[in-house]
Amino acid sequence: MSNFFNKSDLTRQDADKIVSETLNNCDDGELYLEESKSESIVLDDNKIKSSNYSSDLGFGFRAISNEVVAYSYSNEISKDSLKSSSENLKSTLKSIKGTYNHEIPKSNKKFYEDINPIEQKSLNSKLEVLNKVNDFLRKKDGAVKQVTASFAGEQKSIEIIRSGGEALTDVRPLIRFNVSVMLEKNGRKETGVYGIGGRQSYDDYLKNDNWKNVCEEAFRIASVNLESKPAPAGEMKVVLGPGWPAILIHEAIGHGLEGDFNRKKTSAFHDLIGEKVASEGVTIVDDGTIDNRRGSLTIDDEGTPTERTVLIENGILKNFMQDRHNARLMNTRSTGSGRRENYRHIVLPRMRNTMMLSGNQTQDEMIKSVDKGIFAVSFGGGQVDITSGKFVFNCTEAYEINNGKIGSPIKGATLIGDGPSILKEVSMVGNDMMLDPGIGTCGKAGQGVPVGVAQPSILIDKMTVGGTKL
Amino acid sequence: MVKDQEFLKSKASYCLDLAKKMGATDASVTVGHSISETVNFRNKSLEASDRSDGLALSIETYLGKRRSSISSSNLLDENIKTLIEKCFETTKITPEDEFNSLPDKNLLAKQISSLNLYDETRFENDKKIKYLKDLEESASSDNQIINTESSFTENKSNFILANSDGFCDGYKTSSFTTSCVTVAKDENSMERDYEFSSKRHLSDIKQAIDLGNKAAKQTIRKLSPKKIGSEKISIIFDKRISKGMLSVFASAISASAIARGTSFLKDKIDEQVFADSINVIDKPDMIKGMGSQNFDSEGVNSNTLQLIENGILKNYLVDTYNGKKLNLKSNGRSGGTTNLYFEKGNISYEDLMKKDSRSLYITETIGHGSNIVTGDYSVGATGFLVEDGEFKYPVNEITIAGNFKDMFKNIILANDLEFEYSVNSPTMMIEGMTVAGK
Repeated sequence: MSNFFNKSDLTRQDADKIVSETLNNCDDGELYLEESKSESIVLDDNKIKSSNYSSDLGFGFRAISNEVVAYSYSNEISKDSLKSSSENLKSTLKSIKGTYNHEIPKSNKKFYEDINPIEQKSLNSKLEVLNKVNDFLRKKDGAVKQVTASFAGEQKSIEIIRSGGEALTDVRPLIRFNVSVMLEKNGRKETGVYGIGGRQSYDDYLKNDNWKNVCEEAFRIASVNLESKPAPAGEMKVVLGPGWPAILIHEAIGHGLEGDFNRKKTSAFHDLIGEKVASEGVTIVDDGTIDNRRGSLTIDDEGTPTERTVLIENGILKNFMQDRHNARLMNTRSTGSGRRENYRHIVLPRMRNTMMLSGNQTQDEMIKSVDKGIFAVSFGGGQVDITSGKFVFNCTEAYEINNGKIGSPIKGATLIGDGPSILKEVSMVGNDMMLDPGIGTCGKAGQGVPVGVAQPSILIDKMTVGGTKL
Repeated sequence: MVKDQEFLKSKASYCLDLAKKMGATDASVTVGHSISETVNFRNKSLEASDRSDGLALSIETYLGKRRSSISSSNLLDENIKTLIEKCFETTKITPEDEFNSLPDKNLLAKQISSLNLYDETRFENDKKIKYLKDLEESASSDNQIINTESSFTENKSNFILANSDGFCDGYKTSSFTTSCVTVAKDENSMERDYEFSSKRHLSDIKQAIDLGNKAAKQTIRKLSPKKIGSEKISIIFDKRISKGMLSVFASAISASAIARGTSFLKDKIDEQVFADSINVIDKPDMIKGMGSQNFDSEGVNSNTLQLIENGILKNYLVDTYNGKKLNLKSNGRSGGTTNLYFEKGNISYEDLMKKDSRSLYITETIGHGSNIVTGDYSVGATGFLVEDGEFKYPVNEITIAGNFKDMFKNIILANDLEFEYSVNSPTMMIEGMTVAGK
């Protein structure tokens, strides 16, 4: 736990006083203090390419009145700096008055341990694993022409001070291990990427030579792609595999259910609460409470304990994801979804671990039911236009389906669909829900935050596949 | 006020001295300070204000051919000392890499000429509010516009780059950026579009009224889109999309991608990679240029580079480390391109629009569909169907796909190049791409 008040002339009493005095006539707001330590070690092209350590310290001071949010941050934690931020906030809100809402829910539950993964394992032992990865893959097959492997670790300590002196704290570990391999055969080059991670120590992921599984998976994806043929173009049936392909749910549905877009009525879902937005059997939740997951949080960045929020239940739209600001303006409560990348950024309603729950069909049944379509196993990034509802994502491993059988692998194609209608096209939901391996970062308004996704296999009756083969 | 050169220099030399004292054979340090003030509007009223004040420090220490780095935002001497100790300890156990070194001394920038990148004008928040009021007033004048969001950001930055070979220089830059996002609705659809302006000097920013008008007009024309069938068709890329082709090209010719062998343009120097009418230039010394620089992120002097001459690849973008791997001298592109552009073509925008009796005009793409290893390209797109040079109707929920190796050779550029951003392109046509729709 960081002590933010032994580093300068600013005492906790000073901070409490400035916060209370600044926020007195506002509806909400807080002082957010953050200290983060992070490392990144990269092996590339047979060498340790970089080893970087970084430490960051700063505060963000937020005052909200009515619809207006004033924000000021600095990486100098001092009395002067906090006072000048306070002046800045007051000048923005000078003509607006509010009543401070002191209420904030409490919980004793914790979803990860107070550890610093960076210090738990020596640099030498991390370098050793990276070198083993490189040797293992290069010895495995002569087609391996490039290997990149990396560790990224972080410990972030936060403290939220609210008007009246209430303080909320959290310590968040996060690690990521990633392997990328490029193969070359008969003049063709293809890459395969795989990674794992979560809010745990490196050891939890790397014991029993677990790194080998990561290597094998990256190698397998690259090998499949070496045999890939041009993807078809046009509308067809799509079977999505379990786990990471739930990025589709995240892009197509998740963003459109974030409170801010719905308060502003710029989301295609804003007037659909209580309406049928998905096929029967489709239930989607956003859950911040799963132990050690990448998207889990004990408290969100406003201090609200996270929860399991039901977004869609059996096809019916139930809830949006809310931070305090949007919840207040929409007369509802925060769902513990207020998040920020770091102290430099304002809080926005964001996803945590977004999951479609299992149904009762099998992946086999889905494949067998398709005459012509594709089977998408893994994806790269995705993106959505909230307003029009159109979303895309890029396949990194996909196959043709012909007459109920899986055929050749196909080259990375973009899939495009319409968010509000795609879930109505889901005609089968599998019994094989799987969590992703812990690799997702969601971008919104220039802020990246770690997230998770999960889903079973699903069959979508109609989607446009953006290949080159007509 | 943004911190002055003297303050940043004193921090930089404190770091270098300390690293040397601990036994580092070489070191380099960057210290920067940046202040930004943003005002956000929504539906003609104030929505948010945001002030940021940030110091940043990054240090690399060398022990012979061993290297590691640290970065921090905490510039208290005591913290710097702890971090440099940690950095140097890490350096000692990091394996040697024969290509690690500071840049060659004789390549370092010697004379710094003024490129007029700093405008000291303070545009107070009250003035930003006035500007955004005018902007949103004009953006929302049509009743099909149901939501407007806009912002104005003023930024002032200063930095010093110093290394143990005696290089120590830096300069102030400023930027003023304003943007407007509008949402329009009719009985069939809801659409979003935007317009923005970003300049070094306040006086060069677009007029509020013009910016608001343009954002609204671009949004309204997208209403009631149709999906088209899957077909081969010529595609016209609006300037804001065509410049993205240059960014893909730039990542494919970065020395790092070439040295790692992960670029479809590896070993293509002196070969035809674009149509022979195409020239691509990267010019670091443009006055007031958004991408202008006196030297790159290692202190290396950067000159204008002709990257593509009559369709032939002439240069990679080379930094010190990857240059040594490739046996090439750094050309001052450690931070990537500077002001990158296609030279204008010789056909007018109107003639390009009429070139095919039927084509597809793309105004927005979504997704991360550019693969620089294979050159494959596949993205989601929205735009307009063009017939006989006129927009017929808006189109969405389609994808466009191809391979850059072929696409680059089929580029036709209009003569409407303007220098608005750090990457600029005229309107572009690429013949024979695949559209996937219905």
